[in-house]
Amino acid sequence: MGTVPSALKHCLSYQHLLKEQLWIAEPPAAAHPAQEPQASGLPEYIKIVEVGPRDGLQNEKVIVPTEIKIELINQLSKTGLPAIEVTSFVSSKWVPQMADHKEVMRGIERHPGVQYPVLTPNLQGFHSAIAAGATEVSVFGAASESFSKMNINCSIEESIEKFEEVTKSARSMNIPVRGYVSCALGCPYEGNILPDKVAEVSKRLYSMGCYEISLGDTIGVGTPGSMKKMLEAVMKEIPLSALAVHCHDTYGQALANILTAIQMGVAVVDSSVAGLGGCPYAKGATGNVATEDVIYMLNGLGINTGVNLCAVMEAGNFICTALNKKTNSKVAQASFSAGTIN
Amino acid sequence: ATGAYPKRVKVVEVGPRDGLQNEKNIVPTPVKINLINMLSETGLQVIEATSFVSPKWVPQMADHTEVMQGINKLPGISYPVLTPNLKGFQAAVAAGAKEVSIFGAASELFTQKNINCSIEESLERFDEVVKAAREASIPVRGYISCVLGCPYEGKISAAKVAEVSKKMYSMGCYEISLGDTIGVGTPGSMREMLAAVMREVPVGALAVHCHDTYGQALANILLALQMGVSVVDASVAGLGGCPYAQGASGNVATEDLVYMLNGLGIHTGVDLQKLMDAGTFICNALNRRTNSKVSQASCRL
Repeated sequence: MGTVPSALKHCLSYQHLLKEQLWIAEPPAAAHPAQEPQASGLPEYIKIVEVGPRDGLQNEKVIVPTEIKIELINQLSKTGLPAIEVTSFVSSKWVPQMADHKEVMRGIERHPGVQYPVLTPNLQGFHSAIAAGATEVSVFGAASESFSKMNINCSIEESIEKFEEVTKSARSMNIPVRGYVSCALGCPYEGNILPDKVAEVSKRLYSMGCYEISLGDTIGVGTPGSMKKMLEAVMKEIPLSALAVHCHDTYGQALANILTAIQMGVAVVDSSVAGLGGCPYAKGATGNVATEDVIYMLNGLGINTGVNLCAVMEAGNFICTALNKKTNSKVAQASFSAGTIN
Repeated sequence: ATGAYPKRVKVVEVGPRDGLQNEKNIVPTPVKINLINMLSETGLQVIEATSFVSPKWVPQMADHTEVMQGINKLPGISYPVLTPNLKGFQAAVAAGAKEVSIFGAASELFTQKNINCSIEESLERFDEVVKAAREASIPVRGYISCVLGCPYEGKISAAKVAEVSKKMYSMGCYEISLGDTIGVGTPGSMREMLAAVMREVPVGALAVHCHDTYGQALANILLALQMGVSVVDASVAGLGGCPYAQGASGNVATEDLVYMLNGLGIHTGVDLQKLMDAGTFICNALNRRTNSKVSQASCRL
């Protein structure tokens, strides 16, 4: 495996190097019986929601040129990812990184079978998104009052009212709405968050018409223990098929938490190419879990995602080069470095 | 499934040996001793101290006798050392070792490249050590490398791992630590491998030694715990890169493991803050950043 002399390495394309990687093979069509998802009670298929271009870039310091954002999304569109969160129709005063939301929305290639949701914090953002061609939107709630106040300057109840305006409008236009619940496993201000609170907020979002609720471990403090308790509470109120997990890897727990969630039947997982997006609450710490690392795990479990891991790594390599930063994906690090055995 | 987890997990700290052995900078003896002494204050029950191997092969461990004799040996804590052969075993015992480890592999090619003999030949060598250890009432821990993949052979069959485990267990090793040497394993391959091994060796005698090179370590460990494994190896600050993938990470960080176990309500006896302090100490001494995410996140600069 991979004994590429270093002199040759720089001549070979990234794609070529990846082909040498024994461990990045496509998932076997007929997995070993012990690895078949059904045998182990795991979902057969998991939908990956790629949040790199929005959640990822939003938490990167460097402002990324519009063309780079568009190119990243176009590359991601070719990987098999079924959903790619494109941008956020929020005031550029608050989130300068997303100031070019209209240009990005209009500039990207729209591949059939791929969803391109955008964030819409209120009715104004929603209208702007629709005008720019959005066909799916997301709203962002929280399970913590303090976080809600600090983040969007209003209480949970007030935020729910704003979202209801969005979902009403969206329903009348047949636009699906995804709901996010932040701080599902802990809050940077309040600390511990009660599972019942998460369930309550999730239920409000689901009842108002969100087709899917993405439960976010915003500061990455969750563990398989707290993930299980939280999901048990939420599953009493929301059907499993409408749930997603959005784990941060700030404490290295993301994949273990995701494994726990999928063992409980959750079949939608958010992740960010190259693990883009640090944690705004712990300087220098990581944030989003890397899509490459999630897919590597799911491939190993025999779970179908439809996503080509090599293609994602290429997109990751593209954006990291553009951002002049190292990838946060361990799979990408290991794959790019391997081939130096003597 | 998410069935019952063990109530207690024994964490085997391999930082001072496996960790430092894979660090580029040679660490001065007093620093090694201080690290082990700090680790001894954390509640860890097992701390792998050093390796009685020829300094020609592993210069980092050349000071094995000084380290062994220099550390505070606290009661209730075990300080195993690696002994690749009878000569190393005798040197270890002379230096005061009370527990030793031997290092096998589930891959023929890996064994050839690593210690220049076949698996069968390596087991014969180990047998000498185990026999001598039994006479001296010294417990022996067996390691098996490449249980989920080999840098030379690629895929490794679970049956092969089970075969080597059985041989080492029957020989007299009280515990078998199954190592994902290049970190390529996933919960899928971990499950398959453990199922095969557990047919030959009781789960109470099994440990997992996961590398985080592909970010899979904690997920793999979680799966192992679900299958009944209750001994987990880890390295403070995630010391020890991967010698097979330059710049990639190696050992899973003890801090991150303990954080997860705490969250699961599993008892380890380890004080996470003291552990992080030991990690901070060795990273400063090595002039490098920690590989532990818990440590990184907790440090709000």
